[in-house]
Amino acid sequence: MTNEAFETPNLLLALPEIWLLAMACVVLVVDLFSNDRDHGPAFWLTQVTLLGGIIITVSTQWGVDATTFSGTYVADSLGALLKIGILVLAFLGFAYSRDYMRDRGILKGEYYMLGLFAVLGMMVTVSAGNLLSLYLGVELMSLSLYALVAIDRDSSRASEAAMKYFVLGALASGMLLYGMSMLYGVTGTLDLGEITAAAAELDDRRFLFLFGLVFMMVGVAFKFGAVPFHMWVPDVYHGAPTPVTLMIATASKVAAVGLFLRLIGEGLLPLLESWQHMVVLLAVLSLLIGNTVALVQTNIKRMLAYSTFNHVGFILMGFVAGTPEGYAASVFYALTYAFTVAATFGVVLLLARKGFEADHITDLKGLNDRSPLFAFVVLILMISLTGIPGTVGFYAKWMVLKSVVEAGFVWLAVLAVIGAVVGAFYYLRLVRYCYFDKAEGEGPQPTGSGGFQAVLAANGLLVLVAGIFPGTLVAVCLAAFL
Amino acid sequence: MIEQLIFYVFALVLLFSATMVITVRNPVHAALFLVLAFFNSAVLWVMAGAEFLGIVLVLVYVGAVMVLFLFVVMMLDLNLSQLREGFMKHFYIGVPFAVVMAVQMLLVVGSGLFAPETLPEARMPIPEDVGNTALLGSVLYTVYVYPFELAAVILLVAIIAAIMLTLRRREGTRHQDPGKQVRVRKADRLRVVNIPSARRQSEQE
Amino acid sequence: MAELTEFIWIMAKIVAILVPLILAVAYLTYAERRVIGAIQARNGPNRVGPMGLFQPFADVFKLLFKEVVIPSNANRFLFLIAPMLSLMPALAAWAVMPFSDGLVLSDINAGLLYILAMTSLGVYGVIIAGWASNSKYAMLGAMRSAAQIVSYEIAMGFALVGVLMAAGSMNLSGIVNAQAGPIWNWFWLPLLPLFVVYWISGVAETNRAPFDVAEGESEIVAGFHVEYSGTAFALFFLAEYANMILIAALAVIMFMGGWYSPFHGLPVLGPMFDWVPGIVWFVLKMTIFLYLYLAFRATFPRYRYDQIMRLGWKVLIPVTVVWLVVLALMILAGLGPWFN
Repeated sequence: MTNEAFETPNLLLALPEIWLLAMACVVLVVDLFSNDRDHGPAFWLTQVTLLGGIIITVSTQWGVDATTFSGTYVADSLGALLKIGILVLAFLGFAYSRDYMRDRGILKGEYYMLGLFAVLGMMVTVSAGNLLSLYLGVELMSLSLYALVAIDRDSSRASEAAMKYFVLGALASGMLLYGMSMLYGVTGTLDLGEITAAAAELDDRRFLFLFGLVFMMVGVAFKFGAVPFHMWVPDVYHGAPTPVTLMIATASKVAAVGLFLRLIGEGLLPLLESWQHMVVLLAVLSLLIGNTVALVQTNIKRMLAYSTFNHVGFILMGFVAGTPEGYAASVFYALTYAFTVAATFGVVLLLARKGFEADHITDLKGLNDRSPLFAFVVLILMISLTGIPGTVGFYAKWMVLKSVVEAGFVWLAVLAVIGAVVGAFYYLRLVRYCYFDKAEGEGPQPTGSGGFQAVLAANGLLVLVAGIFPGTLVAVCLAAFL
Repeated sequence: MIEQLIFYVFALVLLFSATMVITVRNPVHAALFLVLAFFNSAVLWVMAGAEFLGIVLVLVYVGAVMVLFLFVVMMLDLNLSQLREGFMKHFYIGVPFAVVMAVQMLLVVGSGLFAPETLPEARMPIPEDVGNTALLGSVLYTVYVYPFELAAVILLVAIIAAIMLTLRRREGTRHQDPGKQVRVRKADRLRVVNIPSARRQSEQE
Repeated sequence: MAELTEFIWIMAKIVAILVPLILAVAYLTYAERRVIGAIQARNGPNRVGPMGLFQPFADVFKLLFKEVVIPSNANRFLFLIAPMLSLMPALAAWAVMPFSDGLVLSDINAGLLYILAMTSLGVYGVIIAGWASNSKYAMLGAMRSAAQIVSYEIAMGFALVGVLMAAGSMNLSGIVNAQAGPIWNWFWLPLLPLFVVYWISGVAETNRAPFDVAEGESEIVAGFHVEYSGTAFALFFLAEYANMILIAALAVIMFMGGWYSPFHGLPVLGPMFDWVPGIVWFVLKMTIFLYLYLAFRATFPRYRYDQIMRLGWKVLIPVTVVWLVVLALMILAGLGPWFN
């Protein structure tokens, strides 16, 4: 029995995913047979895989607009851009984490494999052309992340975080799936393109569409960690090992942007006026809760967790307009934000040593005396996160605000600006600790290998460079939607 | 006639056992009711013409997953009173939300928009002479090969994660290596020693 | 009315299958005692009736008149339902069994899957019996049995996937017809490793020696059915032997050409045996496998629990996986006389 409607898929189009999957399996086998207690082969192979993935993605998918695997896979510039972001962020995450994991006895080969599978899930998500592949990508990412959070299995805090993440995540996946089943029930297709077409010609079944949309929005908001679906974020950020937090805070946010754009932003664009208000509500709540609660946090990881809501609010604001410019602004914001936060976690990892986490904000006191270079990096990161003019964070905020104002939500823009001003308080407090306070006692010294320090410094300086010359990246983001 | 009767019998048992799963106090009984619920829904699927899915539901869920689940439930001494603590406190908050959501869902699903005639037609006509195992296979390995492979990757991740979280290498445990046992040769274990026979004392002298 | 007659007709067919089956179980127990007796150079039962042929009936009546003792603090309902749960799937699986060409109660397409599903249900009887008995030996036996059955089901399923690939059908009659021909046309030859794996897992699935750790009379007295007596015990006994016969019948259908004579299609020998009905060949082949069961029990020492697990997971499953690949290559190459 053969299926007449079937065309042999063009495997070359999906080469980045295939490469990553094949290499993840290679890492699995190589690590099994290597006796290296530091899992060196797994580490280097993983980094080679990620760098190779970047090259393959750029060369096979940028500027392409095609589907393969019977429409379940989409290769286009947007997917390529997000994938490159994800791969770079994962590369940074692995580069920063080796010493930290080794010191805590949790440097296992599985860390790299699960990390690679999580990256694979994110890549699948951002280039899904079908509800099935979209959902499976999200699940692949989430399952790997749940396990990574629990990787330090002797730590009760990590186990608790993993449990919360898993239970709430499963609930959110259920919501997402329920919404998708509604869409399937209405349209009889799983293909996102056909769903968009069906959504454009609405009749009395609009009602059912909206019903599904609400559930999917809940699921997506959970993956973003947008208020009021944010309960897991602080505990998971705090409880998970810092490198895992880094991955959840950076790469998975970029994937969430892809999830939103594929499923709602582009898939249900004809229903814009219906989901616009939901996104506005999510954005407003995120801005309010994020900024107020972050003020009183004394743990850097928790502070970053709450301040994430603030930035998620901004990313969501970009979606409000439903225009390519707005989407480009969101993607630009998400990428630059993730890049900046990755470096921030890098600094936390740099100061951590065996038996000491360095995740209290006072641990940064007097960093300038110990390491002027990394104090400067913190300075760059914090003013960029604040959004002071001249930094990349400023351009990101500006693009988002522009699109929101054009969409007619001036009040939302005003609220966001106020939020950014409040945010300046807790970000610049870290800068003050670095430069104007003296450490109590010795203070944590920068540790880590030369490679780690070099990559971290480069990451920080790139944030600076991107702030001075934002034009290229903005153009790339815009090109992805045009 | 008989077919309808069978349907209603199994549907009623399904509803009954599903309700019992969440209401009985004994966790082993709850798990067994879940088995019953799976079995009955499998029968309903088979009656609806999805014989492959129905049988696989029995094979995988009833035959393997629930066995292991029962295994765990029987081994653990679950303290239900502890689990039920605070139930009433949240009950009063949860019920209004649940009622509102249930009413909304009822309004949507019961709006008549999901009547069989309003639903879109099946994309692929089902030929009479081919079993649905072959039909499923023919789409699973062609049109849906990408999601199918992804599902396989998810299972692989589940295996890796489960092993990572549970495998502990304890020092000093003794275990056999059958390969080594088989490879043993006589020469490795047995040493023939030529012990000179002791001469009688009288001869020594 | 037509529905009613059809219903009665089906019932009659079910009885026509089950009565011989139960008789076969009765005489299998007799054969077991005689065969093992012969192997161990003693007589076995020889008092009741000529050559002890009425011994099974004497045993049945003895068990029927005994009291079913329910232990204190046992879960009464589950305790009594467990033997039935154990017997029901063992009998239900026979619904799709083709005894000869066209001689089958229900000729469904997914017959192989149905059999797998039914045999996988048998474990519930064991688990529930072990748990409901409120006895530690019963519990231990149930745990061992559950782990063992679930593990060997995988190897068995994989072996059957090989059959499915070779026959290109899940209908049991279709599988037999794919083997039409003399003895070297049957699937045991191209699927030899799978055949061996199937048979070993079949023995393990039925909790028979040398895989009978679930009963393990020398360590956990009788395992999951230690607390059972009378009719309830008889049901477990019946289920165990019915399962043995089922596994033997499946081995015949999937690897030994079902109802075909070993000379089918040969120039001279073939027509010579044409008068023999298919069901006779089927039963003859089954008896060989049933004899193997008995010979195993008489000759092999019991495996240790961890050895059973190692054999299942580390030997049988890899063997089947590798052979599936080899088999796929053979089918691709159209290797004769099976796949051309």
